[in-house]
Amino acid sequence: MKINVNGSPLESSAHPDTPLLYVLRNDFGLVGSRFGCGGGQCGACMVLVDGRPMASCDVLLSFIQDKKIITVEGLDGRVQRALVAEQAAQCGYCMSGIAVSASAFLQKNSSPTEDQIREALEKHLCRCGSHSRVIRAVQRVAREQA
Amino acid sequence: MNKPEKLAVPRVRAEADGTFSITTGKVDIGQGISTALAQIAAEELGVDVSKIRMLSPNTSESPDEGVTSGSLSIQDGGKSLRAACAAFRGSPEKSSEHYKIVGKSVPRLDLPAKFAGKPSYLQDMQLPGMLHGRVVRPPHTFKRLISLGETKGITVVQDGSFVGVLAETEFEAIEAQKKVRARAKWEAGPEAPEDWAPWLKAHVAQDIISKETKDDAAKARAVKTVKGAYTKPLIAHASIGPSCAIAQWKDGKLEVWSHTQGIYNLRKELALVLRTNEADIVVRHAEGAGCYGHNGADDVALDAALLARKAGGRPVRLQWMRDDEFAWEPYGPAAAYEMEAGLDAEGRIVFWRHDFWSNGCTHRPGRLDKPTLWAAGQIADAFERAPATNPPLPAGGSDRNALPGYDFPDQRVMNHYVTEMPVRGSSLRALGAFGNVFAIESFMDELALEAGSDPVSFRLKHLKDPRAIAVIQEIAPRFRKGAGHGIAYAKYKNLGAYCAVLAEVEADGAELRCKRLVAAVDVGLPVNPDGVINQVEGGLIQAASWTLKEAVKPGMLGWEDYPILKFTEVPAVEVLLIRNSFNSVGAGECTMGPVAAAIANALHDALGVRARHLPLTPENIAKAINA
Repeated sequence: MKINVNGSPLESSAHPDTPLLYVLRNDFGLVGSRFGCGGGQCGACMVLVDGRPMASCDVLLSFIQDKKIITVEGLDGRVQRALVAEQAAQCGYCMSGIAVSASAFLQKNSSPTEDQIREALEKHLCRCGSHSRVIRAVQRVAREQA
Repeated sequence: MNKPEKLAVPRVRAEADGTFSITTGKVDIGQGISTALAQIAAEELGVDVSKIRMLSPNTSESPDEGVTSGSLSIQDGGKSLRAACAAFRGSPEKSSEHYKIVGKSVPRLDLPAKFAGKPSYLQDMQLPGMLHGRVVRPPHTFKRLISLGETKGITVVQDGSFVGVLAETEFEAIEAQKKVRARAKWEAGPEAPEDWAPWLKAHVAQDIISKETKDDAAKARAVKTVKGAYTKPLIAHASIGPSCAIAQWKDGKLEVWSHTQGIYNLRKELALVLRTNEADIVVRHAEGAGCYGHNGADDVALDAALLARKAGGRPVRLQWMRDDEFAWEPYGPAAAYEMEAGLDAEGRIVFWRHDFWSNGCTHRPGRLDKPTLWAAGQIADAFERAPATNPPLPAGGSDRNALPGYDFPDQRVMNHYVTEMPVRGSSLRALGAFGNVFAIESFMDELALEAGSDPVSFRLKHLKDPRAIAVIQEIAPRFRKGAGHGIAYAKYKNLGAYCAVLAEVEADGAELRCKRLVAAVDVGLPVNPDGVINQVEGGLIQAASWTLKEAVKPGMLGWEDYPILKFTEVPAVEVLLIRNSFNSVGAGECTMGPVAAAIANALHDALGVRARHLPLTPENIAKAINA
């Protein structure tokens, strides 16, 4: 099956029912999408499917044919730089998924309120409690691109 | 702990490229300890932090520094590293007034790669020829496997009641796990008590006096006696990344990659259960997702070793699924507390009784002559597993922070130790300190009210330690009675960080929202101030989540069964870091108990309702309103 990840055409021989997450991680070495729950409940494996954030553990390979996938590895780096600037992590396991959602959100809303940022990241669980730094990082990106 | 080991690699080694390689026994568990330890090494060696390379600990090269737990990595690990670096230079250790790197907020060395999505965790490791494994267990405890059912076409590894599957791809392994689990039949194990407090009280193995000081004259001055009973439920670690391990057997030797907190302890336990020699096992640490105590890391390592034994020399990567982790990780145990105290005519506490009922708070591997890990009791030639125990006081386990930090003349603290364990508990962040401080600091507020005093001055009246007084005074100006504010204080383990917390809540009927948490913290000299603040912020939010939402329900499978605080629900957090040059102590656990009590006290301030049973869900608050 031909798929498009981060602008590159790729070929996958995995079973069409394979969740995209395992194809990205094990076949293409794109391990930035982390395994968290396998059921679309935590957001650690978030990717953009035609610009829309989706949990890659919950998306089958067959579904993404002819669609454009962007993973954390394919982001422009602005959100990640802001996350570094705010030191917005303890373990960091959930952060690549958060970076993906935050990037998509900032495309749509370049000057968000704090409440809008919280709403935008509601699907993402962070167990270490780095939420307030993440919010600051998103605000920082908005400020810098203003 | 800290056994002198013959190490293949020295603690400090100068490399040809001008860098220094450092071995340490303390592991990064998501708290950023590697950066702080690198700062300590750079400081003593007189080089820039960029010149320090922290090597990943393993049992053939690293010092045995026990378990990375108890907020001791800076205190103990930092101390030994400082000494090793000074010895390497052949000069005495620097004194703190000359520090240039320690005490600076050096950015975490690991975060850029993690945020970029680079391979960062054990879960991301791939070895050549690697097979994917899954373990097959029902989502509840069991006595034994009755039957497996049809497994045609699936590579099953069975050893007694231990069952796993192996496959070439991860997807096949997951599908095989689902199929085998659906067909296997298990004889159910003991059921979890619905109400833990009466169950614990009916199953006491030993009554242990943790502390007793008698002062009959003081006790006789009591004019008012106050009582309070509190409980905490089982709480899950609930790391975002379920536990994972890779194991490989070659020529009778085992190599295991694990995100364990104690590589040497795990090696000892593996040797015991696999009936082999420690010398034939190497455990290599690789980072996992956030670790808040003894989670599934060690269990999954044993599971992986059992699967790998049937893998023909190929490495096996075993990823616990979300439901495996929720069902089989060792939880923070449930506990019950009964408090009683007497006030004299001046509103001063003259006697104090604190009784608590709990399992032990550590079920870590490699500490006892019997194993603790799940598979040890499930293999054909099964072991009897050891009960959970408690590390000795003053740090303690279920008794951690049970000794009041206040000056009370007549006091008795009693540990009603329960060894029977229908649900397995072990070390979760702060151990017994979470529940004990919740009980003590809730009760202190109840006593303040009875004494007609305000919560701040009532606490100060019973404290002598200037550092304790300082953290309370730091948050005191923010406290406004009647504004939904509550405070609480503890000195972690009675020997670590000082922490006072102010909570601000909003209550709408039985719906409670924590809007803001402020912590004043004294960890001595902060090696990395922003690192300390970051850990404390995380500790505030996680503790708020435990307090407001969390209780393990038997049979839980996913996040919908175990909700934690989400982005729209987390409070704003603020950390007031006290700067001094006392010995550096850990920061990761000091907030947990104070947050719980501060929120409960704030709820009382907002609604006039005393909620004594965690979590402070609408159901439990409604019960408290109607009580």
